[in-house]
Amino acid sequence: MAIFPPKARVWWNEPVQKTELIWIAVAFVWGLVMFFTMIFWHSVGEQNLSNETYKISPEAFSAKVDAMIEQYQVGEEGDTGIPVVRPPADSDVYMLARLWEWYPVLELEKGRKYRLHLASLDWQHGFSLQPENINLQVHPNYEMVLTVEPTTAGVFSVVCNEFCGIGHHQMVGRIRVVENQ
Amino acid sequence: MATAADFRICNHTGLKVYATTESLIKANAVAAVVSLAVGGLLGLLVALTRWPAVHLLPAETFYQVLTAHGTDVLLLWILFFEVAVLYFASSVLLGCRLAMPKVAWLAFILMVGGGILANIAILQGNSSVMFTSYPPMQADPNFYLGLIVFAVGALVAVFVFFGTLVVAKDEKTYQGSVPLVTFGAITAAIIAVFTIASGAVILIPTYFWSLGWLANIDTLIYKIVWWGMGHSSQQINVSAHVAVWYAIAALVLGAKPLSEKVSRAAFLLYILFLQLASAHHLLVEPGVSSEWKIFNTSYAMYLAVLGSMIHGMTVPGSIEAAQRRKGLNKGLFEWLRKAPWDNPAFSGMFMSLVMFGFLGGISGVVMGTEQINLIMHNTIYVPGHFHATVVTGTTLAFMAVTYLLIPLIFRRQIMMKKLAQWQPYLFGLGAMGISLFMMGAGTLGVPRRHWDITFADAAMSIDLPATAFLMMGLNGLSAILAAIGGVVFIIIVVASVFFGKKMEKDTVMWPKLANIKEEAAAVATYGSEEHAKIPGTVVLVAVFFVSFVLYYFINWKYLAEVWPLR
Repeated sequence: MAIFPPKARVWWNEPVQKTELIWIAVAFVWGLVMFFTMIFWHSVGEQNLSNETYKISPEAFSAKVDAMIEQYQVGEEGDTGIPVVRPPADSDVYMLARLWEWYPVLELEKGRKYRLHLASLDWQHGFSLQPENINLQVHPNYEMVLTVEPTTAGVFSVVCNEFCGIGHHQMVGRIRVVENQ
Repeated sequence: MATAADFRICNHTGLKVYATTESLIKANAVAAVVSLAVGGLLGLLVALTRWPAVHLLPAETFYQVLTAHGTDVLLLWILFFEVAVLYFASSVLLGCRLAMPKVAWLAFILMVGGGILANIAILQGNSSVMFTSYPPMQADPNFYLGLIVFAVGALVAVFVFFGTLVVAKDEKTYQGSVPLVTFGAITAAIIAVFTIASGAVILIPTYFWSLGWLANIDTLIYKIVWWGMGHSSQQINVSAHVAVWYAIAALVLGAKPLSEKVSRAAFLLYILFLQLASAHHLLVEPGVSSEWKIFNTSYAMYLAVLGSMIHGMTVPGSIEAAQRRKGLNKGLFEWLRKAPWDNPAFSGMFMSLVMFGFLGGISGVVMGTEQINLIMHNTIYVPGHFHATVVTGTTLAFMAVTYLLIPLIFRRQIMMKKLAQWQPYLFGLGAMGISLFMMGAGTLGVPRRHWDITFADAAMSIDLPATAFLMMGLNGLSAILAAIGGVVFIIIVVASVFFGKKMEKDTVMWPKLANIKEEAAAVATYGSEEHAKIPGTVVLVAVFFVSFVLYYFINWKYLAEVWPLR
């Protein structure tokens, strides 16, 4: 029994029955399949997180965001006063996280690629794009750059899903995806 | 050296029990159950707040309660109980004295003191930073200090355990190798050393930072090292509750491992590979390469998962073999149908086994896949997953073994036996609901640690799908069911320990045990369960495997439907 010492002193020589051996083999192979699927997806899959990251100070990132707004603002989001920005397709777009908002609202064109830069100005935040359900972690002092291609038009929400203090549940943002014109 | 008078021979199991060990097991078990009662109640408040139609607590209290819930159940309840398991698996199973009893008491005092300090810090309201306390969000220094003191206490207890192993070897209280259950406990203890060291490496600087002695904590490095503690501590749970599964199967059914070699090798895989799991929390992080993520999140090609899958066959397999040996040989499943389902130690253990594998294990591997994590990270799917592992897995297993601990160690009869028979089902079903509905809500985008998914006070309106709200409601209902199961558990434990009739020499043991003394004599004539046929287990494992494969690839399909990104 499992609560007593094994009887045979040399228990590691006892034969293992076939059922167990087969299961071990199956489970081992399955592990390899899962392992190589991740690698395989990097070559054939379209959803792989970028490895591009830069160290950046909050001030420097904030300046980049402001420059983009300056150049490409097309309006304001409802009566929130938050700028809506429409940078050209295939360009660099920026979204910052801070207590407690995602800023600014981005307007992107369906089917075009954008280099999206994400960073926080203060605490850690969780970029959660709904209803796509794409989730990324956003740190202060790290600028993550990923290339994203919106494939559906519509209004998408960004919520924060990393706890960031008392206003966490009010922290929202928006990405608008429009058809090509 | 201890004299014979310091020991008693348990007349139900034949085990030699050292008096000081018994007191320490009791003390740690009591502290564990108190933490569970407090933390569990807080968990109910969390679930009722996240039920949109109820929305019980105000925001500030909610985040405070959530922080305390995580700390009290994930840390205090589990670790106190694990210390009790370690003392049992060393001193009691090896029939030796406990090494350094005074140090063991010191460990206990440190753990209690640290736990109380952390709780006070949370209660004061300046430490609602969640269990993970990611910087630059800062808690009160006492929050970190409390956790450090608690961890030091746990580390000291682990060394008492190691010392006890040396004592047993030295005083030759057993022959040959340690029992499998002790081997599992050693696995847990080794992982604990790594875990607590990681905790010290990150929490001590963080404590200095909170005091103003350090200017800055790097958020990414904090996370990598913190999860060396945070996730590895859950691997202690896995090793400990798998050891508890084997122990209950042995005590209640007289089950023997199908093969000592295979079961021990599976534990060995845990020691070698489980610690890589820090990566599971960094899969969508900036600044960490894909190569690092893939290698670590897969525990080096899933070798630790392999360990769990092996236990997933050998535990039910050993039960099937033991039952068939008793003549329950009809068809595929007579052994399971006629298992002692009215014995709470068995029913709790078996549900723990099934739900840990099907719900916790599969969801963990899927969520821990580098790319699939993109559609799950930090959604409420994550708590769904770990409630399946820590609640339906660890907590249910520990509850089950408590029904044996009370008569055997506290030497009190279990009171309210009818209620006790139902308790594991109430709690297990509730916990299963919590896990499933949170996972469901997570796939629909519900964020974790979030006070208001209606976003009523937010600058822009957001509508999550109605199904998500339904799921959160069902989660609340399940939490009520689990809480009832939890309260019943606490009532039975408290009543039995304080008011239960004493176990006398001729008291009939309830829950019923296998005839251990006879089995122990019989065990002297055979080692591992030889050539036992376990067709029922093969079917169960096949069902598990098919579910695993299907669920895994379904999630790749979901991933393939979201916006391309790289």
